[in-house]
Amino acid sequence: MKLLTHNMLTSRCLKGVNVGYPLKLIAHETKQREVAFNSEFVQKMIPKMDWNVLASTAKQFGVDLPCEPPSNASEASEDLLRKVHHALLEIEIMQGELICPETGRKFPIKQGIPNMLCNEDEV
Amino acid sequence: MASNRRPEHKAPPEIFYNEDEARKYTSNSRMIEIQSQMSARAIELLALPEDAEGCLILDLGCGSGLSGEVIEEQNHVWIGVDISQWMLNVALERDIENGDLVLGDLGQGLPFRAGSFDGAISISALQWLCNADKKSHNPVKRLYILFSTLYACLSRGSRAVFQFYPENSSQAELITQQAMRAGFTGGIVVDYPNSTKAKKWFLVLFTGGSNNQLPKGLTNEREETSSVSYSNTTQRDASKRYKNLKGKPLKKSKEWILQKKERRRRQGKEVRPDSKYTARRRCGRF
Repeated sequence: MKLLTHNMLTSRCLKGVNVGYPLKLIAHETKQREVAFNSEFVQKMIPKMDWNVLASTAKQFGVDLPCEPPSNASEASEDLLRKVHHALLEIEIMQGELICPETGRKFPIKQGIPNMLCNEDEV
Repeated sequence: MASNRRPEHKAPPEIFYNEDEARKYTSNSRMIEIQSQMSARAIELLALPEDAEGCLILDLGCGSGLSGEVIEEQNHVWIGVDISQWMLNVALERDIENGDLVLGDLGQGLPFRAGSFDGAISISALQWLCNADKKSHNPVKRLYILFSTLYACLSRGSRAVFQFYPENSSQAELITQQAMRAGFTGGIVVDYPNSTKAKKWFLVLFTGGSNNQLPKGLTNEREETSSVSYSNTTQRDASKRYKNLKGKPLKKSKEWILQKKERRRRQGKEVRPDSKYTARRRCGRF
């Protein structure tokens, strides 16, 4: 799972959960892989991301992002864009857990795929 | 169609797509070709802004990631959701660079933040939701949950395109109805409507915005000549007068019938094609 996906995932499908965001990420095993840099995509994504969540999760993996998102994504420096690109697409969480902030329900991540299936009594 | 030919009648998707079935999606070149063609067509129907690159696309029922590959070819990034672990395992073998996978049940709703995606495609997944595989499953409710959560996680002005195989017209109607209930506009586009094999159904949904013209389905025949203008002046004048009077065509008139047929076509119901006989008066004796 990439941090891009983590930034989008919520646990709202659970019964009684209103926001379910951000999911707490616990990584047991991670992998780095190189992905071709696409500046247009990164520029487009910056306003869509929850920047605080991205900055704090990226910190877990040793990537330092500024606390404030660049106000104008198209004028952001390439250095910053590359950093965001690295955080979003190049860090893969292979094994770990996502934890719902409201109910504490754990969603396991196996082989890089988060399991968001809920039991019948949870929906 | 005989029901034993429809895979969704055999077993729930998480069981039907076992190791053997999933393997077909890497070894059977015919299946691969059809899937990629449908994915390419679905992306075309998404009508992303001209030469836009780097959009984030949601792939519902991504399976082995074949459609994801087509998305990547067009320089977009995707997140796929599927319920079958085996299919996702096959997807892992593919070298996915700009995509990510999530194991999830579409009928339980999509676990994504509001406004995350620039578009959504789904290839041959929707018909699976029309079955009640468990005691607790209610197809109508599951479809509604899918569409309402999808509506939330798409950005405004974007589209969702579902390729699916409806079993009958009432199933297509049920699906469209739930999509409209969730707030979408749009309808069904049928490619190659006169061919049994090449015929493909696409449910094209809009979240709002200005570009809401339902695209036309593909045909491989010459432009049909059903739009011949009939110049029966007296009749036209009469109907025009009524049109001005009420804003709607006169009941049982040719216009009224054509409008009704068009409306039912949009709803995905089975409608006879328009011909020169459409709405023509029968002769007196039977």
